[in-house]
This record gives sequence, structure tokens and C-alpha cells, in this order.
Amino acid sequence: MIWPGAMIRQLLSSLTKKPATVNYPADKSGMPKGFRGKLKFDASKCIGCKMCMKDCPTGAIVIRQVGEKKFEADLDLGKCIYCGQCVDSCLKKALGLTSEFELAQLDPKKLKITLTDGPSIAGNKESSGE
Amino acid sequence: MLMPIFNILIFPGLLFLFFFSLAAEFFDRKLGARLQNRVGPPWFQPLADFIKLLGKEDIIPEEADNRVFKLMPVFALTSVSCAFFYIPLWGKNALYSFNGDVVVVLYLLTVPILTYFLGGWYSRSVFSMIGAVRSLTQLFAYEVPLFMTILAAALLADTWSLSKMAAFYSAHPGYWVFNILGFVIAQITLLGKLEKVPFDIPEAETEIVAGSFTEYSGRLLALFRLSINIEMVVGISLLAAVFMPWWLDAGPIAGFIIYVLKVAALISLVSLLRSLFARLRLDQMINLCWRVFAPLAFLQVIINLILKGALFK
Amino acid sequence: MHNTGDVKVPIGPQHPALKEPESFLLTLRGEKITAASVKIGYNHRGIEKACEGRTYIQDLYLIERICGICSHSHSTAFAQAVEEIAGIEIPARAKYIRTIVAELERVHSHLLWLGVAGHEIGFDTLLMYTWRDREVVMDILAQLTGNRVNYGMNTIGGVRRDIKAEQIPQVLKGVDTLEERTKYYIKIAGEEPTLINRLSKVGMLSYEDAIRMGAVGPTARASGVQRDVRKDDPYAAYADIDFKVITHNTCDVYGRTIVRVLELMESFQIIRQLLAKLPEGPISVRAPRKIPVGEAVSRYEAPRGEDLHYVRANGTDKPDRVKVRAPTLANVQAVALMLEDRYLADMPIVVAAIDPCFSCTDRLVSINYVDHNSKNTFEWEKIHRDSIEWYKKRGIDFAKLNKTF
Repeated sequence: MIWPGAMIRQLLSSLTKKPATVNYPADKSGMPKGFRGKLKFDASKCIGCKMCMKDCPTGAIVIRQVGEKKFEADLDLGKCIYCGQCVDSCLKKALGLTSEFELAQLDPKKLKITLTDGPSIAGNKESSGE
Repeated sequence: MLMPIFNILIFPGLLFLFFFSLAAEFFDRKLGARLQNRVGPPWFQPLADFIKLLGKEDIIPEEADNRVFKLMPVFALTSVSCAFFYIPLWGKNALYSFNGDVVVVLYLLTVPILTYFLGGWYSRSVFSMIGAVRSLTQLFAYEVPLFMTILAAALLADTWSLSKMAAFYSAHPGYWVFNILGFVIAQITLLGKLEKVPFDIPEAETEIVAGSFTEYSGRLLALFRLSINIEMVVGISLLAAVFMPWWLDAGPIAGFIIYVLKVAALISLVSLLRSLFARLRLDQMINLCWRVFAPLAFLQVIINLILKGALFK
Repeated sequence: MHNTGDVKVPIGPQHPALKEPESFLLTLRGEKITAASVKIGYNHRGIEKACEGRTYIQDLYLIERICGICSHSHSTAFAQAVEEIAGIEIPARAKYIRTIVAELERVHSHLLWLGVAGHEIGFDTLLMYTWRDREVVMDILAQLTGNRVNYGMNTIGGVRRDIKAEQIPQVLKGVDTLEERTKYYIKIAGEEPTLINRLSKVGMLSYEDAIRMGAVGPTARASGVQRDVRKDDPYAAYADIDFKVITHNTCDVYGRTIVRVLELMESFQIIRQLLAKLPEGPISVRAPRKIPVGEAVSRYEAPRGEDLHYVRANGTDKPDRVKVRAPTLANVQAVALMLEDRYLADMPIVVAAIDPCFSCTDRLVSINYVDHNSKNTFEWEKIHRDSIEWYKKRGIDFAKLNKTF
């Protein structure tokens, strides 16, 4: 005869264990290295070939020419699906990925950001309001 | 004159019962979560849920019977709260008692199920109606063994009053041992009354949404939820009074602590049992109750009859 | 509940048992289901059509989003079809990496299923435990691919990320943990009577019916049908790997559970074999942007069963036609059969037992073609032209699609 309650040992032993739940807003250790987060843009490397625009599945990125051989990237965080295809397509490695993932905004306008010069996480100005 | 009013309204009456039942819900939820290796809710969660529901709009379906729909939660709350006064909590005496209060308490505990049925039936939604019918079908299955086990204990004590039963069992320490089988059955069938896994068939979320309560919202749902919580406390207090008649002479403060510990122990059992099993199907549940629990409860009655004959010639 | 009349219970389109909108209309007599009908089509997203307006590279990511659970299955099946048309032979290492991700995906999908099944029969503890353990494989996937669900691992001509040597021990460690846990669930599935009673003899699908209804994946294998694309028509690295096709002959939901948990054990040893044999070399070859004229069908054993992709190329950088037959479409036909004469309480678990993914399945055919001169045949070209016109009238121009995004 098999008795009901086969999991009882496991259940009782969990009482002494720490809960498996990650205390998220306090503990942000969740994302591993190589996570595909927000894009970063190094304007000095960009040659304006627009391969990223061509390959982007959602049309989230737009490269604009702002001066002689100077480019800016407009990124719509609401459209971006964080696949990283633009990074693969970029011939000059001007685009890269960061592991930043807390990108939600209350105001949809704030999702449209401009990635300007600098290899550091661009567009901080707009997204620092969170 | 003032004392009974204080007793009924404040302590150990309605106000105490309100907070105690919320605490019981919290304890049940937290323990269930910890058993499942989760964090569980913070301590104020049941109260917060209750207040939030009070602030929500009451939506009554157009087809529902307005009066029945509104009255049923109140009925449920009233009947479970009334039952509380007849149960000896700490010490040997209940707030009120008379010969035959065992039966009254058991029936007062059945009334909420009837209100679930009527509330669900008069909601006129398919899910509510199926839930309502399931509530009632299930009622006939678990009620018999539950009643029999409690009546068996009463039989041994030779009284129909819970207070006198408590007096009997504390006068004859060790006699509670005879009722262990009954206690096990009562604890399991109580899960049916409280509609908890594995007997949460009437409100099986994945089948019939929320059963009888599908159409309830706002204050009415808050009252229903409160009455379910109070039912848990009352049902468990009843089990504690009948099957755990220990240390009843401890005095008011120590007695109160012992009572809370007893309730906590029984709620822990409820949490453990509901985390341990899958939900049964209605036919399996009825089979289990009639083929296993009812005969065992009957065995308990026979044991107690024989014992009574042997011990008190 | 024994009232004289039959009650019609709508399960869905919105119902707590269903994770996606889909409609099941059950006719009940008491608690018994006397008739059941399945109506799909609430979740149509037009992905096949949308694929025609995007380049192959963009399509990969769109196809990947057909299903959140078997995303790698769809993108691999699509990439395989395109590679076949273009005549690209992908490097061996890419094949292995694709297979590793595929098996990890199977592990996470089957663990997810086990939890969902537990929830459907009111066994929430099982849900909490399996989903906790599933985090292990999700973490492995996030580490290898960079994402938890839509891995974005495939590209036409190979894979996009390499598995680094230092990652392998971590993966193996995770697999060991999962194997130990899976053994525990196998033990529970054999010992817990409430679980066995709820699953045994529920949702019966005989061997003959499984063949007749065209069931695939674990649903078919639990009815004793030896049907597994990984063995029947090996793709990626499966030809080099030694593994068993798990079947069971109880033909019920319990059998489907056992098949899935035993498949988990197979997956673990497949992953170990793959990691041990992982060949050196490049992970991708250059693929042309314009795929030459041709067509191909690609088969893939997704966690839920055989996934079939058809791609037709017309020489441009966009496909002419993409057609997806997700495993649920093959299995959903059997659900109505399985539900008949069962209890209402069995409905959620019977539906869940095929591991349905309705949004992958939903399709829409709506043709109002009133032309009395024709003989009721629909030319592909005409439907294609008409649909473009239909959208143009509503202000959507597919020709300009990429520019007007």
C-alpha cells in the first residue's frame, strides 16, 4: 500500500531552509555576464553605414547624421527587443550591449532616448529619473 | 449587564474573533508559503486584503437575486460567529452553554456552507452554480464522519454540552487518548468544511474559477472571506476543545496562551495537509468519505460505546 | 449535480485554467462532460504574413517570438529551412551548440509543464518546487545565450554565441542538480496516490486514435507511438548522439507525465554527451542576404512535439511564404476526443497534458472570394495580391513597411 503525502519530508525540510525567492529590488544579482540589456553607442566609431537600422527587427534604432562624420543613434526602448542583432551587424563595433535592464518608464516619451558619444552607458540623462 | 455586551462585542467576542481569524489566516498562508520554500505574505496582508476589498465596488449580476445575494455573506458571518460563543476556549466553560450545544455548534458551522450554496445558486452564473452544487454535494460527504467523531467524544463524556465535555475530559485525564482516531478523521474532514486542498473542489480555481464566490466582489466578498477565516478558527477551536482537553485549569492568562498554541498547532496541520496533496475529484472525495472515513468514524462511535459500558458500569 | 438538463459551460476565452485565450465549450450532465468542442482563433497574430514583409534576419527574431517557451525550436526550424534553400552547411560546432540550447530548452519546458500540471490538479506545492528548480536551467540559458527566454542564439548560417570552456563546468553542475531533482519528481510521480489517482485513466488516447488524430510529441509517445523527429529524421547534432525515445503505454495523462520526466533524464545525458564531444571550429559561416529561389520544409522536435516550418524563397532578401505548423495544432484535435465522458474536474489537466501553446497554433483563414467566373480555386498569387490590396485600402502598405516603421 502506498501512503498519501509522499512529499512530506521535503516540505518539512523547507521550513528550515531559506526561501528560494530572490528579494528582487534589494537583490539585483539576477543577471549573468553577457546579458543583453540596453545598448551603448560609441559615436567615434560609427561610420553611418546604417546596417543596424537595416537589420533591426523592430525598427527601434535610427542613426542620424549630426555633422561631418558625426552620428547619433535614436533608440526607442519600447520597440527594442534586446536581441542584439544590431551589435552583430555593426561593421565597426560602434554598438555594444550593457547589462542594464531596469528600463521601464511611467512616461512613454522617456522611452525614446538618444545615444550620444561615449563608450559608457549612453542616454543616462533621460533614464536617470527612475 | 455590561459584561456580556463586552464579552460578545469585544473579548472574546466579535472584535477578538476578527483579529484572531486574520492572524490565523496569516499564519496559515505564511506557513504554507514556507512549506513551499517561498517567502509568504507580510503579517498585515490579511488585514490589508480585507480593507482593500471593503473599499471596492460591489458588483451584483443583473440576473442574480439581489436580496439573497446580499444577505448570504451576512448570514455566513453571523452563524460562524455565534458558534464561537458555545465553545470552551480556555478553561472549562464556554461563554454560554446549555445541554445540546454540541449539536447547535455543528449546525451553526453547517450554515455557512448553505449560504455558499444559496449565494452561488442565486448568482445565476454557470461557474457559481456548479460551485454551489459541489459545495452541497461535498457537504453530505464530509459532514457525516465529522459529526460522528464529535458525537463519539460526546458519547464517552455522556453529555451534549461542550463545556461539560471539557469538564469531563479534564476530570478524567488520559481519556482523550480514546478519541485519537476520531481526531484524525475530524481534522481531515474539517478541510472539506473549510474548502481547502485536497477538498477545495467547490472553489477549484482551474475548473470553475472561484465556485460560489465567482460573482462576489467588494464588501460582500470581504464578508465571505472573513466568515471563511472565522469558520477556520471556530472549527479548529471546536476540535481543540473536543480532542485536546489538556491543561484547562491553567488560569486565564496561561490558559489563553495554551489555547492559542493549540489553535496554532491545528492550523499548522491544516497548512501541512493542504500543501501535501493534489485536489481530489468530487467522485473520489465522496468515495473516500463514505468508504473510508464514515466507517472509521463509526468504528470510533462503537469503541466509545463499548468503553462507556466497560468504564462506567 | 443531477438536474435534468444539460449545462453548457464555457471554458474560455478567459478562464483561470487557460494561460492563453482559447475557447472550449463543454456540455455537462452533472459533473460529466457529454460533449466538448474546441474553438481556436482568439490569439491570431499574423506572424506568417508579417514574415513576408521582413528580411530573413529580421524574421529570425519574429519567428522566435511565436512561442515564449519553445522559442529556440521555432528559430532553429526556420534557420534550417533557409539554410537548406541557400545550400549552406553550418559548422559542426554550431550544430552542437544549437542542440545544447535545444535540450536545455526541453528541460525548462518540461519542468514548466510539470508545475503547470500540478497547478491544474490543485497541487500547488509541486508547482512551486518545479518552478524553483526550473530557475537553475533558466540561469544556465541566460548565461549561455544572454537571455532567459527568447535566446536569440540562432542566425542564418550558425549560432551567434560560442560556449566558452569556462562555462561548461557550470552547465554540468546545473545539470547534475537538475538530474537529482528530476529523480525526486520521478519518485513522487510513482508514490503520491492523490497525484496518481488524478492522472491515471484520465484523457485516454489510444494508440490508434493517436495515429488517426496525428498526435505528436509526448502526447503521441505516451500512447505508445514511436514518433520523435530527433530519431526519425535527425537534424543538428542528433545523429551523433546516443539516446532513447521514451514511450509509455498507459495512453493517459499519467503516461504523458512519465514520458516527460523520463525525457528530462534523457535530455540531461544528451547535454553531457554534447558538451563532452563539442567539436572545435567556427560557430557560423557567412550567409548571403539574398536567398536564392527555392523552397524547403524543416522538421524539428520541439518539447511539445514535431514543429514544421515551410519557407519559400523568391531570390530577394525577404521570404515569399513562411508557414509554421506548431505541435499544438497537431495535438489540439485530440483534446475534444480525450475530454468526452470525463469529469469536469479533469478538463484542465487534460487540456494541459498536451502542453498547449495556443498562440503558436492560431491561424486564420477567411476568404470571401465572390467571382462567379472562376471555378472556386484560389490562386496563391491572387490571394497574395488581394491581401496586399486589402491592407492598402486600410492604409497599411507592405511595400513601404520597413521604412514606415
